[in-house]
Amino acid sequence: MTSPLEQKKIRIMGPSVVTANRTWDGAVVYRTSEQGWSTVLSDAAIVSTSDDARALLAESVADDVGAVGAYIAPVEIKEGGVIKPGNLREHIRSKGLTIDLLPA
Amino acid sequence: MYAYDELDRTLINERVSEFRDQVKRRLSGELTEDEFKMLRLQNGVYLQLHAYMFRVAIPYGTLSSKQLRRLAHVARRYDRGYGHFTTRQNIQFNWIKLAELPDALSDLAEVGIHAMQTSGNNMRNVTSDQWAGVAPGEVEDPRIWSEILRQHTTLHPEFSFLPRKFKIAITASEHDRAAIKIHDIGLRLHKNADGETGFEVLVGGGLGRTPFIAKTIKPFVHGRDILSYVEAILRVYNQYGRRDNIYKARIKILVHELGIEKFAREVDEEWRQMSDSALTLDHSVIDEVRSRFSYPAYEKLPHMPDELKQAAHDPLFERWRKNSVAPHKVQGYSIVTLSLKPVGGPPGDATADQMDAVADLADKYSFGEIRVGHEQNLALPHVAKRDLPQLWKALDRLGLATPNVNLVTDIIACPGLDYCSLANARSIPIAQELTRRFANHDTADMIGRLHINISGCINACGHHHVGHIGILGVEKNGEEFYQITIGGRADENAQMGVLIGPAVPYAEVADVIEDIVEAYLALRDRPEELFVDTVKRLGVEPFKERVYATR
Amino acid sequence: MPLVKNGRITTDLFVHVADGAELPGDGAVLVPAARFLEDPEAILKRAGKAGVIWPNNRAVDDLVPYLDRLAAIALVFPTFRDGRAYSQARLLRERHGYDGELRATGQVLRDQFVFMSRAGFDAFEVKKNADADAFAETMKRYSVFYQPTGDGRVTALNRRMQLRHSESAGQ
Repeated sequence: MTSPLEQKKIRIMGPSVVTANRTWDGAVVYRTSEQGWSTVLSDAAIVSTSDDARALLAESVADDVGAVGAYIAPVEIKEGGVIKPGNLREHIRSKGLTIDLLPA
Repeated sequence: MYAYDELDRTLINERVSEFRDQVKRRLSGELTEDEFKMLRLQNGVYLQLHAYMFRVAIPYGTLSSKQLRRLAHVARRYDRGYGHFTTRQNIQFNWIKLAELPDALSDLAEVGIHAMQTSGNNMRNVTSDQWAGVAPGEVEDPRIWSEILRQHTTLHPEFSFLPRKFKIAITASEHDRAAIKIHDIGLRLHKNADGETGFEVLVGGGLGRTPFIAKTIKPFVHGRDILSYVEAILRVYNQYGRRDNIYKARIKILVHELGIEKFAREVDEEWRQMSDSALTLDHSVIDEVRSRFSYPAYEKLPHMPDELKQAAHDPLFERWRKNSVAPHKVQGYSIVTLSLKPVGGPPGDATADQMDAVADLADKYSFGEIRVGHEQNLALPHVAKRDLPQLWKALDRLGLATPNVNLVTDIIACPGLDYCSLANARSIPIAQELTRRFANHDTADMIGRLHINISGCINACGHHHVGHIGILGVEKNGEEFYQITIGGRADENAQMGVLIGPAVPYAEVADVIEDIVEAYLALRDRPEELFVDTVKRLGVEPFKERVYATR
Repeated sequence: MPLVKNGRITTDLFVHVADGAELPGDGAVLVPAARFLEDPEAILKRAGKAGVIWPNNRAVDDLVPYLDRLAAIALVFPTFRDGRAYSQARLLRERHGYDGELRATGQVLRDQFVFMSRAGFDAFEVKKNADADAFAETMKRYSVFYQPTGDGRVTALNRRMQLRHSESAGQ
């Protein structure tokens, strides 16, 4: 997992969110603009500058009891403002497994 | 089976209470994640992509039916109804909630199962041959020594904060089913010229970023001295193993940097000063542990019962029997492997319902005992041959009689990017696609023994280096690519596979593997020549040409 | 940082003397290894008790000539993940017979107390007050121990053997 510290130097290349796993159950969560966490990507606070991203991350990391392993993840904004995960890893975290669990 | 006594049970319960307290302090904020991480890892709890992952130990791969039912219960009650058997005789649950973990552990503790040291920088679950105690020609049941080592390594006061994780595997057979040469310490039980039982000790094996085959550090260490010798190795490692770089912290790097001779001298110097210590095992102590392994009361049964003769007319049964049934040390009995590699299924997964059903079959046909092997399959170790036809029908109904053990579709795969936070690429869908490509059992039979191992990153949990064909997922510009190696093996002749060329994209992997297999079929000098032997004879070039000529 | 000794929070009688700082004329002192080795006699001959803070990357063999005159040895855990001092502690206690105070310093946390005690530590500079308060309770977490160390606790194997002997004697 990419530690937030390693990300300090990273500049974001496009719209991004802060994501983490909720401490008590491990569920994938996104930092909201109300300083909380949501399991729904569309609730996430979107940042588009590196400074805003770092600020959102710092605030998220400080909430160690709420969620763990916070980091910045890319998103794509589709037509009509629909937010989609920006890469395969985030797609899998957001939508779940890409595989069939039972033989098919 | 090893019967836990009151002391073993007390310790497991004490560990559960300790972890319950640690989780409580974490959830209240008394412990930060940084402080808690090592504590949860020491008890098998990872944080993965979707949730916490919980890894439970199955020491030396032996389970009772009662224990397997309890694993099914945990899958159902605390997870999503299935579990994943790993390459080191563990089972993983992928969706566990931290807040519920202490209860899950407590349920497991009631049947003597725990998750101690299934992760973290300590001595991991001691693994062994899944056929231990039943394979013909064994020197001795290696689980006796595995259990001695399991106890000794559990909550060890000196070695619980090593530079990096530390894995020990033990075999007592000529043919190594425990992959001891890719372990930090590999132990091969054998007898010396005086007929005494002891170990060839190998050290410094491992896969990952810098793979090494273990080297022999001592050809014979007497059984009574094995704890002190292992302790000497660990003390040298604990003091001199690198802690400045996580990628150079395994003992294999220390052994490599010092050279095996110098490392061996350091260990000998340490051992000399401790070899008459309290660690020396006298006969009575070894006998005490041995006495708590119980063996079934086997019947005197014919080598070839009528039931088997009749069933031999059914070609489907015969195909399964020839593939999945192995000789037992006792006449009239067999070892039956249960393939967890159905066509199109995730390798090594079992549903809670399957686990319960296997537990019932173990009670009915295998004296209540189940084994777990590093190839991510299960086994019933004591099946009377007369029961094989009935057992086969039952397994077939459960989807556990795929006749592909050791064949091209018996794929070892890590969870990959579908679950794992370290992965660069997916493993499971690659495996699923390959099982569909080679779904025809006659073709697979014709190809013969062929191990495909898939890892979704360089950490090599899918043992790709030692697959006859190894597939390693990498990331290139945000896309999944796969490097292919051939010629690796994990047995007594262990060696690393050789890269055949540039990585190929996700969509082309199955085509490439088909090309490699077709090349082998054209190149082998007779049907009995195994894939890995053809590669050894011809090298990678002819395979490389075949794969890259058209790409 | 509270000091736990003999199972209780106690006053630290040892003064930590930094490199280059002046050595007090009397009273117990803990000095860094390099300073101690510069002139061991000067420190050992003082009126007060002498202790040394020993780094975890230096063999304890260098301390062996002075063990019977040292009142305390402090071993260091730069982070709780770095376990080298456990080996040093066992070597000092079990191989070299050191019987003075053996102190754990650095990132000393509650969840390591049992391991440390088993390795031979008997004094703990505990990082958090709450952990120091919980010391006695934490030490009661385990009653079964698999490994023989020099701490005198009876191992599971020994208890089993004793049980066997008493069973066979009773027959």
